[in-house]
Amino acid sequence: MKKYTYTLIILCFLGTFLHADLTKEGYDKARQSMVKTIKKETKKTSRYLGRNTLDKKVIDAVGKVKRHMFVPEKYRVNAYDNRPLPIAHGQTISQPYIVAAMTELLDLKESDSVLEVGTGSGYQAAVLAHIVKKVYTLEIIEPLGLKAKERLESLGYKNIEVQIGDGYYGLKSKAPFDAIIVTAAAGQIPPPLLKQLKPGGKMVIPVGSQFYVQQLVLVKKDTMGKITIRQIIPVRFVPLTGGH
Amino acid sequence: MGIAVPHNTLRYSIALVSAAALAYEILLMKIFSIVQWHHFAYMVISLALLGYGISGTFIALFRERLLSHFSLAFIANMVLFGISTISSFVLTQQIPFHAQEMFWDPGTVLWLLAYFLLLTLPFFFAANTVGLALSYYKKDISGLYAADMIGAGLGSLSILILLFFFYPALILQIIAAVGFLAALLASYELGLKSKKSLLLLLAVFLPFMLPDTFSKINMSPYKNLSQVLQIKDTRIIEERTSLLGVVTVVASPTIPFRHVPGLSINSDMEPPAQLGVFTNGEGMSVITRYPDSLEKLKYLDDQTSALPYHLKKPDELLIIGVGGGSDLLQAMYHKVENIDAVELNEELVTLVRDKYADYAGNIYKRPNVNIHIAEARGYLSGSKKKYDLIQLSMVDSYGASSAGLYALSENYLYTVEAFRQYLRHLTPGGTLAISRWVKLPPRDSLKLFATAIEALKDEGMHAPEMTLVLIRSWQTSTLLVKNGIISEEEIKSLKLFCEERNFDLAYYHGMQKQEANRFNILQEPYFFTGIEGLLKQKGFFSQYKFDILPTSDERPYFYHFFKWNTFSEIFSLRGSGGLYLMEWGYLILVASLILALLASIILILLPLISYRKQKSTSKIFGKTKVVVYFFALGIAFLFLEITFMQRFILYLSHPLYSAAVVLSSFLIFAGLGGAYSKQLSNKRGDIWAVRSAVYFILLLSIFYLLSFGTLFEYLIALPDVIKIAVTITLIAPLAFAMGIPFPVGLAYLGKESPSLIPWAWGINGCASVISAILATLIAIDFGFVVVTLLALVFYLLAFIVFPGKNE
Repeated sequence: MKKYTYTLIILCFLGTFLHADLTKEGYDKARQSMVKTIKKETKKTSRYLGRNTLDKKVIDAVGKVKRHMFVPEKYRVNAYDNRPLPIAHGQTISQPYIVAAMTELLDLKESDSVLEVGTGSGYQAAVLAHIVKKVYTLEIIEPLGLKAKERLESLGYKNIEVQIGDGYYGLKSKAPFDAIIVTAAAGQIPPPLLKQLKPGGKMVIPVGSQFYVQQLVLVKKDTMGKITIRQIIPVRFVPLTGGH
Repeated sequence: MGIAVPHNTLRYSIALVSAAALAYEILLMKIFSIVQWHHFAYMVISLALLGYGISGTFIALFRERLLSHFSLAFIANMVLFGISTISSFVLTQQIPFHAQEMFWDPGTVLWLLAYFLLLTLPFFFAANTVGLALSYYKKDISGLYAADMIGAGLGSLSILILLFFFYPALILQIIAAVGFLAALLASYELGLKSKKSLLLLLAVFLPFMLPDTFSKINMSPYKNLSQVLQIKDTRIIEERTSLLGVVTVVASPTIPFRHVPGLSINSDMEPPAQLGVFTNGEGMSVITRYPDSLEKLKYLDDQTSALPYHLKKPDELLIIGVGGGSDLLQAMYHKVENIDAVELNEELVTLVRDKYADYAGNIYKRPNVNIHIAEARGYLSGSKKKYDLIQLSMVDSYGASSAGLYALSENYLYTVEAFRQYLRHLTPGGTLAISRWVKLPPRDSLKLFATAIEALKDEGMHAPEMTLVLIRSWQTSTLLVKNGIISEEEIKSLKLFCEERNFDLAYYHGMQKQEANRFNILQEPYFFTGIEGLLKQKGFFSQYKFDILPTSDERPYFYHFFKWNTFSEIFSLRGSGGLYLMEWGYLILVASLILALLASIILILLPLISYRKQKSTSKIFGKTKVVVYFFALGIAFLFLEITFMQRFILYLSHPLYSAAVVLSSFLIFAGLGGAYSKQLSNKRGDIWAVRSAVYFILLLSIFYLLSFGTLFEYLIALPDVIKIAVTITLIAPLAFAMGIPFPVGLAYLGKESPSLIPWAWGINGCASVISAILATLIAIDFGFVVVTLLALVFYLLAFIVFPGKNE
């Protein structure tokens, strides 16, 4: 009997260890270390992002958002690892570095109004909400969108509006936007979205699969309305060697 | 113990189990290609075949106990095979393993292990029946070997027929039932009590009584189809199964599909309604609702693939991989007169031609459109027609091509030989246009470019660089290869086409650096500098961080870009999202090889513990020689089989038919060779039998290697039936000889030291697993000729270590 009691104790201990939520301080600490990692990775990829450091606003924002509240419970321990994590419905929450890089590329100001297509967990919207005045976010998968809405509300985000619908047409009633971020798997760059971008505005689209972002497409509309696209490989990788 | 020779019924039961096991292997490959991804299916199943090696070790360790209860053990394993085919499959469907997560979360490897262990079971039980019989009836080794091989051969044929007519679930039930049927037959032979036999009879019907839900396939939520089905109101409106996989048609009435790869950002036209079409849950293409006016198809002119129409209007067009018909609509928009379109997947064609004919505007039934259900190169081999334009766009899926998961699958559409064939079917001034998804940094577009240059040189073109054009959008690239020099006029049209659509020039003859990288701006003009380097810079290929060497029929691995010296650099970039640069397919193959090797070493060494106690083992056929002999035979047999499968895939120009024909011919004729081997060694002695078989294999293989090229050139235009007959005739003598050394060796062992039989059987099983993986790795790096030559070396090695009777 004694033998079993010990086993039981050990099992319980293991159980709590595996499923343990970190304490608030634990999460805060993990978050700060994530921010450090992001800064480090940004420095390494400065040549590609076109900047050495992240804007303080972006750093503050990723340092504030409780990422562990945006992932399924079983992944909370990993919430602040620099990796994508599965959320429900075959969707993922992006790698923190990618979220920071995309936010950075939009060059946001406090007064901005931003449209996000593809709410997912709501994490990206939350990051944006710490920087700009208003965030509109659209989700095509209804249960996912409703869950994100509930989550963002319970976390007290008042400047985020979640809607369920087709991202292709953007949000005409709230247009134009200073920035647009399309995190949904975009088959193309929807023309209506381009029209809803203010002159001088920027749009960023991560392209790739759920677990691997392959390029960040940065669309700029200049003050004359002319469009240019920058394709950014978010890694420090020079394909040619030697004299190049 | 083990003196008698069994009746034929027992051989039939072995043949049945072997047939079912092989059918099960192929069925699993099909199902897991739907559930997960092709490369994953390949890895798990090739490793699961280690069940054969495990079986050898198991019997070797518990030989005496098993053989003293032979009847029970033999029948029980057949029953267990039947049960495990279904139960293992059902259990795997409960495992939450997702291949893509593996590289982020090493913990998921445990799930992978569970997958592997479950799937090993059926093969373990099937192998036990054969292994036990070989150990028990050691006087009938050639007969049992023949039953095993011929059974497997028939199994590989039957599964193709079954897959043609039935859904995988029913086939799974049939396979389990065949397992029980084999047990029933054996019980008859081995004199089991009638009550127990009756139970077995009932068991045969048991698999068919399972509730429908047992076979529910849980497709990975990360596959395209699963993703699309998350969207509101989407539903599957049609599902068809064929040898090439499951084709699914999806309607999305609320949020329409708008699938136009590489559409210019200047185009603000929304495409007409579309139906999504998925093969095995990936690689989306669309069937487009035919609009009331051609003008509404203008968006198709805003893709990079529309470029050739702007340089010269074609009258005769060939579309390769027409699928749902988007390229055909593009051609119709440009009012092309005559169109030939080739598509391998018949189900896709019938969907557009019949089921959704009205929806698609009967485009496949137009008088000027000829649809050919064929593989492109097979079609071209049989045709003398010349075209003004050969259009090959987006012929493979996005997800797979981008994640580098196809590295280990062959592709004969993008080889130097294929390009030469396309070029020969172009009219003077005609163009070949190939469009693909853009990969960053550039890989496949550079490899295609290099392949084109090589082909043009081989065709005697003096200035190949003057016939090529490459453009790109942010999403797709299009390469033009003209049968002639690109004119000034054409360059003007090219520039206009790109300017209007915000596409970038990546190469034309005489292009300046400042013309590159203007609209879709990369850090550097990677495409332009890449091509410059490729054309002018010595040692460029070895410097470039990806393998972009031209592919050939000999090394048809277009998707293989992996280089070992880039590995650590990419791995160190994982923190900033660099893992996508990794070519997983290749690494998974290497990992599989390492795992198979480690497992094999353990499995081969383990029985030695129990053998050490025995003194009766032969001095002439010592253990080292046994290992070398049976290991070499296992490697050599599969090396040859796999190389010939590759050669005949091209010749029969249909990957699935050729795989079936070649595989079953090899197995059946090797089985016949095995059956004959006893007679041969009785008459001429063991050593004579092995020697003559090996010499014959050597001579014939070398003859085939030298003559295949010319032979196929003459025979390629023949009708399919004759081509299949030719294939079987060519394989028959070779396979017959290849079937001799194994049973002769095993029978010899039966006389000298019978306790080693299961060990040898297991060694051969391990070697087969290693061989299948190794052959692909060697072919990727060195080509198939090297695989063939190595096979011959292994045959020679086996012959050298074989002691034979006359020593």
